[in-house]
Amino acid sequence: MLNEIVLAGFGGQGILFAGKILAYAGLMDEKEISWLPSYGPEMRGGTANCSVCISDDPIGSPLVVDPDMLIAMNEPSFDKFINNVKAGGIVIVDSSMIDKKSDREDIRAFYVPASELADKNGMTGMANIILLGKFIKETGIVSVDTLRAAFEKAIPPKKKNLVDVNMNAVKLGMEQ
Amino acid sequence: MAERNLMKGNEALAEAAMRAGCKCFFGYPITPQTEISAYLAKYMAKNGGLFLQAESELAAINMVLGAASTGTRCMTSSSSPGISLKSEGISYIAASDLPCVIINVQRGGPGLGGIQPSQADYWQATKGLGHGDFHVLVFAPASVQEMVDMVVKAFDKADEYRMPAMILADGLLGQMMEPITFPEIKPLEVDKSWATNGHKNKREHNIINSLFLTPEVLENSVIDRYQRYEKIESEETDAEVYLCDDAEIVVCAFGATARVAKSAVNSAREQGIKVGLFRPKTLWPFPKQELLDATKCAKNLLSVEMNMGQMIDDIKLATECKIPVSFFGRTGGVIPKPSEVLNEIVKIGGAE
Repeated sequence: MLNEIVLAGFGGQGILFAGKILAYAGLMDEKEISWLPSYGPEMRGGTANCSVCISDDPIGSPLVVDPDMLIAMNEPSFDKFINNVKAGGIVIVDSSMIDKKSDREDIRAFYVPASELADKNGMTGMANIILLGKFIKETGIVSVDTLRAAFEKAIPPKKKNLVDVNMNAVKLGMEQ
Repeated sequence: MAERNLMKGNEALAEAAMRAGCKCFFGYPITPQTEISAYLAKYMAKNGGLFLQAESELAAINMVLGAASTGTRCMTSSSSPGISLKSEGISYIAASDLPCVIINVQRGGPGLGGIQPSQADYWQATKGLGHGDFHVLVFAPASVQEMVDMVVKAFDKADEYRMPAMILADGLLGQMMEPITFPEIKPLEVDKSWATNGHKNKREHNIINSLFLTPEVLENSVIDRYQRYEKIESEETDAEVYLCDDAEIVVCAFGATARVAKSAVNSAREQGIKVGLFRPKTLWPFPKQELLDATKCAKNLLSVEMNMGQMIDDIKLATECKIPVSFFGRTGGVIPKPSEVLNEIVKIGGAE
């Protein structure tokens, strides 16, 4: 089973970090994984995205063109990727940033005002992790425990307190 | 214990180089290889080595020439335009019979080109990485794990044959993260009595030199080197052969492109097309015999590359032009899609 995921948004929204956590979660589950960022000038203020593949078998192309799953955090990313999502795919949208809905009926789209939720709950800058919470709830691609293990692995020991901070954001996302 | 970990290709390569006994790194930043320099800047000194950011690519490669002369394992890394700048120094290093490792994380060219992944330096790496009669060993990794394994091998083989070895990677491999495990590394012990590392009047002094003004002397030094190349061509080729036993179409691809091609080959097999994949892991020496063996049933070959078809000539030479070779490639930093490669396979398969 190969799951191809795209996370996309503005540079600075934590798109690459959220993707990295997903990749680490795959690592914890002893899956095959790949994480490929967009790189170059577009990371600074423009759109940033990353491709994450989680699979039982070795991964061919790490570049995801037609994702099974999409997390979109700004309008340009939504526009760029929404029509490429495979039929039956799952899309998680930050509706505080994207004032649009998809009219596709062959995908399941969830609209979460993640940036607003983050601000209201003292989690400014963590909309990415709130969306990640919603993402694992709807896709079931990894468990909450695995996600915690992923944070523990990815966050350096000196900043250990951030594991709980992130997990709180995950929980908030899962409640949506 | 070998732990499975997640690392970027560039960083994994840098860590593996240190573990392989690389004691000196001289570099100059350029996208998309900068993480190699950044990683070594952070860790090299802690591991008892030297990291130095030179004032230019020219300076960096000539520092490699100096360090290699002392028999020290040393490395430089760059991306396409930077490798062009280093080519003069690489020729000097090859002419001086010195071992070193050179990393090229390729980006689109020619000129300053772009910063996205490319394989357009195939010709440069395998045919003419500087002036004069010489070769460098060229390894083409296709995964982050191979970035690790091949850099270890490159150091050993460079020492064994006293010549530069290159890792020809690309921006995709450099930037992506994949799980890796570091193998237990025992660097090859090689006699380096040729090194200019101080003689304390206890032996004759060694000379490292690439200037030979008497044509016959220069000719002999080149012939001597070519005798080593002959041995390398018969012993050091390596390739991955995938589903080629009954393959009527063999897709040839190296590096990151081979991953895209493999996805396409798998999809084509599901459609019942008898197709396989041939992936050279060494580009010089080119695995000619391996390709001949892999194409026994082949009626068509398809070369897939992130350039305009630079490997086609090597494929034709290896197969003595007996099998038609088609080509599909994207260039300038565009990564081919598995669906595009599949289309090409189906086109060839359907034409039969």
